[in-house]
Amino acid sequence: MANVADAPKDTFRLSMLLYDTRYRSLTIQVFVFFLFMAGAAWLVDNTMRNLEALGKDFNFGFLWNRAGYDISQRLVEYTNDSTHGRAMLVGLLNTLLVALLGCIAATVIGVIVGVLRLSKNWLVGRLMTVYVEIFRNVPLLLWILLIYAVFTEATPAPNAFRPNPETGLADRSMFLDAIAVTNRYTAVPNSVFSRELGWLDLGLFYINIDVLAVLAAAVLGWWLNRMVKARATRIQNETGVRPATWWSSVLLLLGLPVAVLLALGFHLEFPELRGFNFVGGLNVSNSFMALWLALSLYTGAFIAEIVRAGILAISRGQSEAAFALGLRPGRTMSLVILPQALRVIIPPLISQYLNLTKNSSLAIAVGYLDLRGTLGGITLNQTGRELECVLLMMLIYLAISLVISAVMNVYNAAVKLKER
Amino acid sequence: MSDTHAQTVPFVRETMLPPAQPPTNEAGAVSWLRQNLFSGPLNIALTILGLLTIYYLLQEIVPWLMRSVWEADNIAQCRQIVAERWGAGATGACWAVIRERWPQFLYGFYPQHLYWRPTLALALLFVALAPVLFSALPRRLMWFSLAYPFVAFWLLWGGSVFLPIMVAAGFVIGWAAYALLHRFGTIAAVAGAVLIPILWWLFLAGDLSRDLAGLLGRSAPLWLEPVRSDKFGGFVLAITIGVSGIALSLPLGIMLALGRRSDMFLIKALSVSFIEFIRGVPLITLLFTASLLLNYFLPPGTTFDIILRVIIMVTLFAAAYIAEVIRGGLAALPRGQYEAADALGLDYWRAQRLIILPQALKISIPGIVSTFIGLFKDTTLVVFVGLLDPLKGITDAVRASTDWKGIYWEPYIFVGLIFFAFNFAMSRYSMYLERRLKTDHR
Repeated sequence: MANVADAPKDTFRLSMLLYDTRYRSLTIQVFVFFLFMAGAAWLVDNTMRNLEALGKDFNFGFLWNRAGYDISQRLVEYTNDSTHGRAMLVGLLNTLLVALLGCIAATVIGVIVGVLRLSKNWLVGRLMTVYVEIFRNVPLLLWILLIYAVFTEATPAPNAFRPNPETGLADRSMFLDAIAVTNRYTAVPNSVFSRELGWLDLGLFYINIDVLAVLAAAVLGWWLNRMVKARATRIQNETGVRPATWWSSVLLLLGLPVAVLLALGFHLEFPELRGFNFVGGLNVSNSFMALWLALSLYTGAFIAEIVRAGILAISRGQSEAAFALGLRPGRTMSLVILPQALRVIIPPLISQYLNLTKNSSLAIAVGYLDLRGTLGGITLNQTGRELECVLLMMLIYLAISLVISAVMNVYNAAVKLKER
Repeated sequence: MSDTHAQTVPFVRETMLPPAQPPTNEAGAVSWLRQNLFSGPLNIALTILGLLTIYYLLQEIVPWLMRSVWEADNIAQCRQIVAERWGAGATGACWAVIRERWPQFLYGFYPQHLYWRPTLALALLFVALAPVLFSALPRRLMWFSLAYPFVAFWLLWGGSVFLPIMVAAGFVIGWAAYALLHRFGTIAAVAGAVLIPILWWLFLAGDLSRDLAGLLGRSAPLWLEPVRSDKFGGFVLAITIGVSGIALSLPLGIMLALGRRSDMFLIKALSVSFIEFIRGVPLITLLFTASLLLNYFLPPGTTFDIILRVIIMVTLFAAAYIAEVIRGGLAALPRGQYEAADALGLDYWRAQRLIILPQALKISIPGIVSTFIGLFKDTTLVVFVGLLDPLKGITDAVRASTDWKGIYWEPYIFVGLIFFAFNFAMSRYSMYLERRLKTDHR
């Protein structure tokens, strides 16, 4: 019987660092690590030497200095005596406002156009294709500038809405007696509560307690509705008969907030021409309107394609199977088609929301003071602290993006196909 | 009995009837209209709504277009001509501004007697692109495509021909070093191919090209009148940035995508943080970094061309998006493909090059092309760092003259149409490519 020699002892030789796949990845990583650290050290060293040569330091103290410039659209209290930090907050809120309203409008446009593009109607299908292709293939900046030009050049002055004293007729009349588009601003109705509950001090800004109450009512209604539905499911599981819940759903989801709104005396205040300007309503600046419309129309075209792709991705067999099981068309949609289509639609949809938020930094083209216009614009120019301002601005945009991405990841994990 | 029946039938037709015309409302235009436009109450409502929309848009635009003025010296004259021809109060398009200023829209402030250079560069671009885009063309044309960046650089910026030649020589030296050092092992070859050209570019290329230029003088074929970067503008600028960004971001994006799927922790972490950082901030802030902060990050006293900085930033930006698109393509490949490559004994790079990437890239074509379209559209943002893009930079410059103060629609429409043509062509090409590369028979 032949002796079986022991396996050769696993001695470590230096060349194994390069030629043995077990160690090579380690070598590469150590090499990359040193390269990266050297690059970072080089950048930091350069920055420090450059700052020293310019006689500057790196600190964010300027955020507590007086800003000294005005911001016409502000969601929180701000005067030109406020600090640069406060101006940054106003800018950030303006960014978030246009992004939020833009996302809502873009979704509405996108869903309608996406569905219509699939309709059997030849004319409407073609019309929607033209819309999508035109908006997707032309830079967003052009749409912003073009819509801004429409607002400032092609709309009448507020004066045109004044009735002629002789005939009693005005050159222009307000849309539904509520909205007036002029070359300086768009006058829209303002929402007011006649029973003021006061303001809640949150340190940085105040929040209207009436708004909070309405929000609380809506959340409460939503939560109670879930309880009712859970109870209905339990009864269904036990007895096989599902009690009707639609009336309680309507009451809880709609009735409760509306009741609170009525109790607080919610009403609309309509704009009215007094002197040379509209008063009473809300005068929304044209720069905001142009930015909002352009962002919504542009992103809407992309969302339309996403919605169309999502609907097309569901094979016909799915709806046929649902019909074969005896589900009605409404339930087929809500139980079979939508859950699958949404899984395809939502991730790219959210990345479009992200794009819209980032694209809102083009506000500078029409002079809307968002984060880019305050912190990255006037504050930067006034204080001359490019490094701090641009880094802080990037950090804030990055934070917004990461929060949205995190939400998306949670959603993706929740709806992922549960496989092996 | 079978024949009794035959006798009872008095008449059997022996020839086929000629096919009859379908009823009029089931064929031709009428049936098409019924099926496509008026098939139900909802469709009828939609059709009417669509017709109204089209009518409303056309009645605004068509008269304006019909009253176009092509020959005028300034906007006041334009309006006067419109008023004379079509009565007071009529509005009409004033294309005279395009007729007079089109060189500015296309070339910015590039010296007028040198317009032939960007034009030639654009024409050569199509020659260089042709073998890349269409596989039916002879492969030998690829050599010209490789040389094209240096030719284009020389044509656009001018100066001595030796600078681009010396830079190009670096690549040849790198290739030669790889070929020579290969016998000492792959690692030596790769290190040589990377390090020797870098040393060449850093220490030798600049001096050598300067000396050669000085030696041979500024004679015509070797020397072109230099043009500074701030003279660039209009579509010359947009296409320069767009094409360079597109060409550079694809390889970088592929590397980032591979890095993100790497098994090595550090490589993966660096790729992920780079991609997520770039995707998380708006392009404007990156352009700001290029124009304002680069002076801080580079050694004191370094100056470097603003167009080059913008190209680098646009490239990094697009590369992060392309990396995500390609990562999707890589994830969509079945695991069997990777395992088959391993089973064949291919090493990492061969497996990627021969098996994984061809399939992954094919899947990601639509996403890659739409990133390219986005990049080309984003070249308009360079206006915010002081470059003259065709959309805002040039139109503002045109409006700044007293002749054309207050002209909005015509320049925007002109620039928009050119952008549309480029981007639409790109998206159609991607559809063609998808069809050509389609190998499944569904």
